[in-house]
Amino acid sequence: MSAASPESSSMKVFHFTEQPYFPAWEDHDGSLRVNLPNRKLDPKVAADLLHRYYDEWLLADEIGLDIMINEHHQTATCMCSTAVVPLAILARQTKRARLLVLGYPIGHRPDPLRAAEELATIDVISRGRLEMGFIKGVPYEFPCSNQNPVGVMDRFWEAHDFILKAMTSHDAPFNWEGEYFHYRQVNVWPRPWQQPHPPIWSTTGSRNNARVLGERGYVMATLGTGYNTRPLYDAYRDGYVSKGRPAPAADRFAYLGLVAVARDEAEARRRGDLVAGYLRTGTIVHVPFRNPPGYLSVEDNARLLKGQTPPRTRAKDGRVVDMRSGNVQDLIDGGVLFCGTPDQVFEQIVAFCDYCGGMGNLLMMGQAGYLNHADTVDSLTLFATEVLPRLKDYRQPVAEATAAA
Amino acid sequence: MNVVADQPMVTVSGVRLELIERGRGRPLLFLHPGIGIEHSAPVLEHLARSARVIVPSHPGFGRSDVPRWMNTVDDLAYFYLDLLEALDLRDVVLVGVSLGGWIAAAIAVKSTERLSALVLANAIGIKPGDRETRDIVDIFAATDEELAALAWHDPAAAVRDYKTMPDAEVTIAARNREALARFAWSPYMHDPKLPHRLHRIRIPTLFLWGASDRILSDAYGRAYCALIPGAQFEPIGQAGHFPHLEQPEAFARRVLAFAGIK
Repeated sequence: MSAASPESSSMKVFHFTEQPYFPAWEDHDGSLRVNLPNRKLDPKVAADLLHRYYDEWLLADEIGLDIMINEHHQTATCMCSTAVVPLAILARQTKRARLLVLGYPIGHRPDPLRAAEELATIDVISRGRLEMGFIKGVPYEFPCSNQNPVGVMDRFWEAHDFILKAMTSHDAPFNWEGEYFHYRQVNVWPRPWQQPHPPIWSTTGSRNNARVLGERGYVMATLGTGYNTRPLYDAYRDGYVSKGRPAPAADRFAYLGLVAVARDEAEARRRGDLVAGYLRTGTIVHVPFRNPPGYLSVEDNARLLKGQTPPRTRAKDGRVVDMRSGNVQDLIDGGVLFCGTPDQVFEQIVAFCDYCGGMGNLLMMGQAGYLNHADTVDSLTLFATEVLPRLKDYRQPVAEATAAA
Repeated sequence: MNVVADQPMVTVSGVRLELIERGRGRPLLFLHPGIGIEHSAPVLEHLARSARVIVPSHPGFGRSDVPRWMNTVDDLAYFYLDLLEALDLRDVVLVGVSLGGWIAAAIAVKSTERLSALVLANAIGIKPGDRETRDIVDIFAATDEELAALAWHDPAAAVRDYKTMPDAEVTIAARNREALARFAWSPYMHDPKLPHRLHRIRIPTLFLWGASDRILSDAYGRAYCALIPGAQFEPIGQAGHFPHLEQPEAFARRVLAFAGIK
């Protein structure tokens, strides 16, 4: 995958929804995750919503978008509690879209052998369309899985190493007696379609981890980091070139942002306000579940105890953007929301890619919050017909690594 | 198994450990709860008037290192058996509070050769109820305010102002929270094997129990006590989960009296 090839410099856009159960968002006791009683979910309403979200993904496949799915647990913000279910359905029902799972939370799943088997099977059914994103899992989910948050990154990397070995070993069962996982006869059937294995992605919000991902050359995604993203990308670039490679192409970078498009700017902003419901609900969690012990480093926890919380997102001019309370304009300024007419959205995305020094994978929350089916279909279709072709022609910059990180 | 001293740091079995000593006389090894121990804690002064008090910070707590492989209370128990040998301590009064009580019990089921008395104060470590009974409050699901009300007789005494605290102490608070989870996240705050081993403890044992504790119930303490032959149970009033902090003088007096130290 050389930096110069036209295919790798052409932007990919993935349609993503967390499959929210928004009917429960107005009726909670300060927590939408972990401890919100599941009686607040009506299975009949959930079925209608899930089918609707799948219809939107099938539309994305038809109109030239790629697809991203994820999983979260015990939450009204995301009804997908197992990434394998949408991957399996979409592997069979879609025809062409790349299928990105971002991510599979191997930091707190108990069985990486099962993960390797599931993902290899999805890759075969989809005839090689799987993009394999591994994540450690968000903090709120350790109380659910009961995996120890202490040492989560060590467990993450051991699971990662194991899955790769399982996907690339073809001649005899192998032995694995590690720190966290023990198997003695590993021989995955079926083996993956893509060789040596499906592409690997991960997410991060820390420069240290960005550098590690750069060293490995995996696709790195950041989520809603807006005009605070560049230092993370530069840390990745430093790691990437430290292994003797030229500067990484734009296809090594991904960014998750909200998108709302309409013919008319006022209508687009109405939709933008609805999708922003995702940002306004995502952090409504009973306080003790937000930061389980060991999830963050001792240094970060000491800073938190002292009341120091660095802002996640800034606007271009350096202004801090609060994603929970920001209005549509704030979120556009922060690079968190791409919103407006097709022309405006194209310009906002290009400005962001230029700022990043190249960003080749837009993870587009084309449905989020309260945005209904008709609006989602219209927004996605406009994006695919009027924004996507221009993004495909856009020439990404390829920033050199900097010493800034 | 030698000890290299670099006060207050010592090295035991290759692990750099924060350890202070106070007073003279019979050795008394004090094992702190999950919140750690401040060296200025009055209970240590009360105990040190009549005993040689030895106070380590468990590996991972305070300023003590923790090797990557060390992640169970059994690991800590074997480590402290090494410490007893390395310091050549004999006739030891072993005292533990909460997590420290669990570690003390785990030490005593392995060997009481160097011990003469055991005091377990509001100790965790067993699970007497059935699988759907939450015997020990899920402290990682509680707010600071809820926790103070559950753990303390006087919740106002629990308030700590991290914003004005020296950075080094804030770092220790963060280390202690992580280290507690390292050793006690799952199975939560207990070892399913421990109840089946407690019968091996045949030295005088006292359960000293802060009566206002709502992290653990009085029934929990009595069930634990019943598993150790001949163990006594004594409530301690006006104290919650940390009786050594809320009633330091009474705590020290009862420990010393039980051990026969004047």
